[in-house]
Amino acid sequence: MKRVGYILLYVCLAVVAVFQVFPILWLFLFSLKNNQEIFSKSPFSLPTEFRWENYMKVWDSGIGGYFWNSVWITGVAIVFTVLLASMAAFAITRMKWKLSKAVLGLFMVGLMIPIHSSIIPLFNMFLKVDMIDNPWSIVITYTAYNLPITLMILLGFYYTLPREIEEAAIMDGCSVHRIFFRIILPMTVPVLSTTVIINMIYNWNEFVFVNTFISSDEYKTLTVGIQNFIGQYMTDWGAIGATLIISMLPILLAFLFFSNKVVEGISSSAVKG
Amino acid sequence: MSNKWVVGLYILPAFLLISIFIFIPLLLSGYYGLMDWDGIGAMKYIGMENYFNAIRDGLFWESALHSFLLALFSTVSLIVYLAISLVLASKIKGSNVLRKIYLIPMLLSSVAIAQLWIKVFNPSNGILNSILAFFGVENPPAWLAEPNVVLYAIFIPILWQYAGFYILIYYAALKNIPESIVEAARIDGATPLQIAYKIKLPLIMGVVKVTIVLAVVGSLKYFDLIYVMTGGGPNGASEVMASYMYKLAFSSNDFGYGSAIGFLLLLITLVVTVIVRKVTASKEELQY
Repeated sequence: MKRVGYILLYVCLAVVAVFQVFPILWLFLFSLKNNQEIFSKSPFSLPTEFRWENYMKVWDSGIGGYFWNSVWITGVAIVFTVLLASMAAFAITRMKWKLSKAVLGLFMVGLMIPIHSSIIPLFNMFLKVDMIDNPWSIVITYTAYNLPITLMILLGFYYTLPREIEEAAIMDGCSVHRIFFRIILPMTVPVLSTTVIINMIYNWNEFVFVNTFISSDEYKTLTVGIQNFIGQYMTDWGAIGATLIISMLPILLAFLFFSNKVVEGISSSAVKG
Repeated sequence: MSNKWVVGLYILPAFLLISIFIFIPLLLSGYYGLMDWDGIGAMKYIGMENYFNAIRDGLFWESALHSFLLALFSTVSLIVYLAISLVLASKIKGSNVLRKIYLIPMLLSSVAIAQLWIKVFNPSNGILNSILAFFGVENPPAWLAEPNVVLYAIFIPILWQYAGFYILIYYAALKNIPESIVEAARIDGATPLQIAYKIKLPLIMGVVKVTIVLAVVGSLKYFDLIYVMTGGGPNGASEVMASYMYKLAFSSNDFGYGSAIGFLLLLITLVVTVIVRKVTASKEELQY
């Protein structure tokens, strides 16, 4: 009886796992087929031959460009966010100043606000300084909007860092900047990697800012790019499938290699409302 | 280390960025809401007119209703996630791998998820109807094209996207419960169901409350997925607050009214957050 119960539980958990993964597997299957196979055969059938040319085709007809835009915008914004949030965490946990608590509170509030409430004024701001359709407007926006969550994740770690090391460094006449860049920053590498992963997922997947601020094809990132692209290739399922798989691949690979960091980052980002 | 210049050097870059790009726009949104403005020409002050119009605007209330329905669905679905987590955390082999598998959809962009599920729902070649046909279901609904069905249909990919996230949080909370408490109950003859309901659940209630806030507030802000999947259609049947605001500003060029709706979205989110916190707050927190 107990045995049957256990088997039943496993079956339930397995069904959930299949539900979570199956749509992606199906997508991968049809990304390797042509329309004839997709429309005339069962959706579960294997491709008669793997049509990798679907991938070549979409990469050369624009997806490659969107991909590299996503890569550099995601990367540059991560560097800015992680550096500025680390500096802020250092100032909040290691320096004594009057408004420290109030500023920290402001970052906390920043976790909760809906981005859609600020998008019209942001659009107008960038319009006024002639930064609409400029990828740097995206880099700045990503940096600003990811600062609160990144700071939150860093703070927990900064509070646990022993103070003795810096005290000794000050005794030895070490400057504040040397302490931060040579001592503190290297000590926080474990938590920095968590914030890098979380920022990577957010930036890579972000849609509405790019959709609003960028209009030229040459600056669009993958999320908005695939949206246009699919509009044009409405009926070519193989091409659409290949496009979607390309857009998912970097994050899925990161998950494959750093799954523990991803799990850690997502759990600690749960405070983000 | 508390020299004013040094403090400023370290805190100001981050502080200025969030002030200029998060908080000032928020306030400006309320201010633009007082204007008649097409986004290009000059603004004209019209007082509270946009806000009064919003209160009388049937389309706005309908989109708000859809947002709140999604919030309700999301909150109810937490029960399912909780049940799965209880099973997963009860000495199941492979639970670590399973919870990672569950998490995969959470890592994908809402745009990719939306495009994938458009295909899943496709009436002639989608897997959903193929599976239904296999089980002998005739005449399945037209999913995304049917006004009465579309909101429920959209909720399936939302469920798919967030399941792993909530299971991950509950799983971590359940794993934090000391084994000795569960063991003591078992020795006293409690059944697994009793242990789950009477012991484990009360002990992770704090986490459950946090997830209720996350589910409700998150739902009120839904945008990407719906914007890509249906654009709020057919005929407004899946319009939510954020998509309605976006459409007003960037499709109808009514930036003044759009700003007012955006500001109302902010206020509603804040008020609901406070209410949900109050409702779920209890006088005493259970301790181990």
